[in-house]
Amino acid sequence: MLDIINVQKTFNPGTINEKKALNGINLHLDEGDFVTVIGGNGAGKSTMLNMIAGVYPVDCGSIIVDGVDITGLPEYKRAKYLGRVFQDPMTGTAADMQIEENLALAARRGKRRFLRPGITAKERTEYKELLKILDLGLEDRLTAKVGLLSGGQRQALTLLMATLKKPKLLLLDEHTAALDPKTAKKVLDITEEIVTKNNLITVMITHNMADAIRVGNRLIMMHEGQIVVDVKGEEKKKLTIEQLLQMFEASSGSQFTSDKVMLSK
Amino acid sequence: MEIFSQLLKALPGSVSQGLIWGIMAIGVFLTYRILDVADLTVDGSFATGGAVAVVLILNGCNLWLAMLAAFVAGLLAGAITGLLHSLMGIPPILAGILTQLSLYSINLKIMGKANQSINVNKTDLLISLRWVKDFAFHNPLITVSVVLAVLIALLYWFFGTEMGCGIRATGSNPNMSRAQGINTSFNKVLGIMLSNGLVAFSGAFLAQYQGFADVKMGQGAIVIGLAAVIIGEALFGKIFKNFALKLLSVAFGSIIYYIVIQAVITMGLDANLLKLLSAVIVAIFLAIPYWKRLYTEKHMRKSKGGKVNA
Repeated sequence: MLDIINVQKTFNPGTINEKKALNGINLHLDEGDFVTVIGGNGAGKSTMLNMIAGVYPVDCGSIIVDGVDITGLPEYKRAKYLGRVFQDPMTGTAADMQIEENLALAARRGKRRFLRPGITAKERTEYKELLKILDLGLEDRLTAKVGLLSGGQRQALTLLMATLKKPKLLLLDEHTAALDPKTAKKVLDITEEIVTKNNLITVMITHNMADAIRVGNRLIMMHEGQIVVDVKGEEKKKLTIEQLLQMFEASSGSQFTSDKVMLSK
Repeated sequence: MEIFSQLLKALPGSVSQGLIWGIMAIGVFLTYRILDVADLTVDGSFATGGAVAVVLILNGCNLWLAMLAAFVAGLLAGAITGLLHSLMGIPPILAGILTQLSLYSINLKIMGKANQSINVNKTDLLISLRWVKDFAFHNPLITVSVVLAVLIALLYWFFGTEMGCGIRATGSNPNMSRAQGINTSFNKVLGIMLSNGLVAFSGAFLAQYQGFADVKMGQGAIVIGLAAVIIGEALFGKIFKNFALKLLSVAFGSIIYYIVIQAVITMGLDANLLKLLSAVIVAIFLAIPYWKRLYTEKHMRKSKGGKVNA
């Protein structure tokens, strides 16, 4: 379960660069909810995800995951509850470390790290099996440095790492945006597979409207730091891109403007 | 020929120094390569190690215990730098410089004066430059080699543990590390501590080897450490991929550095110019990766332009 209660965030307050990024966000997600998030540039999508992850503190409001108030926890402590995949494939993995070492790091998320082995023989066989699911040939390259992998391979690996220890909440920040269309589709397919299999609560930011409508059971649209459209269940399944744009204009009182989103329609 | 035989005569001494400084260089490797931080604390903590060991030995302390105390003193020095960075938000380079400067006073206080000699005729020592040609365990070549091997084995083990992997991940990608629940601030402090512990340990060896500790004995240590790291990588980087072998290549780099320095002195270079020479060599080696990138980018631009014209 995720509850975001009246979260506000202003960057550079009191300066000429003041930017109100989140303007009182409220969001409740239940077990098994898979919500896609769409919105123009500067709508506050990434800020919302970063607030949940604890990259920077909130100005006010609270964030509750599975009954635990995590609003005041530092980023590394929240990691216990969260799985994260980033837009930049370089962000999610340690390039100088081996594939299996990266997975082993992820397997210890939320645990204290002492002088036990960083990776065990038993884990190696498990990871080999897990990597086979990705069907990217990584299962034969366990000891290769992650820096040698392609962007798509790194995103798929990050996805696996984010869900290796079942998180309470999976946060995907435009994780297919930096990939070519074919790879993006593959990574999105893997995402759906993993989310469905583990029944994960997921928040996925995307710039692709068709994906946003097709994937998940709920869709929210953001504008100027607020959630302006919220569509669920049956209504979402029947949604078309034109309807979505109309709903956006009706509730925000402005045209939907994002070249990236429009072009990828 | 004359020079060659002179060099050969000086070789055991150069190799001994190289081995001792090799431990220091491994400390620099931990911060510079693994944590991706240039830590300048080492110039101070190296002398701290020497000072602590010499004062303790003069007061009748067990030799290995004195070495351990030097290591702990280095850990503390590193902790100060680490905390200046993580608690007070001071950039690592500046934090290191601040600690290094304050250590100068602390080292003076430890020794009570700027230079404290320790006479191998009067006091029992682990190693001394007098013994470089002895066929016994107290020959610095043997003692330091054995200690170096043990240290490399310990570090190899440590960086394979959960804690060690956390430090490596922190250096490689702090964003990812935090997302995987790793306390990056803590790990940086830990890494800088460990690095300075090794540096001080090495200082304790050098003080015994040369028969004195001096507040200035660590001056330029960071440059020697970087030189050793860079030489090791340049010569063995292609063949030594394993972590333990990488550490070994740093030690080799340090030995080669001291042999080269000895050769340059034997050939008649003014010894006062040595530090200048070291700095120039390190500057050039640090520039090489940058120049390489500039060259490839320029090259790529040209070949792309060529295609457009055709």
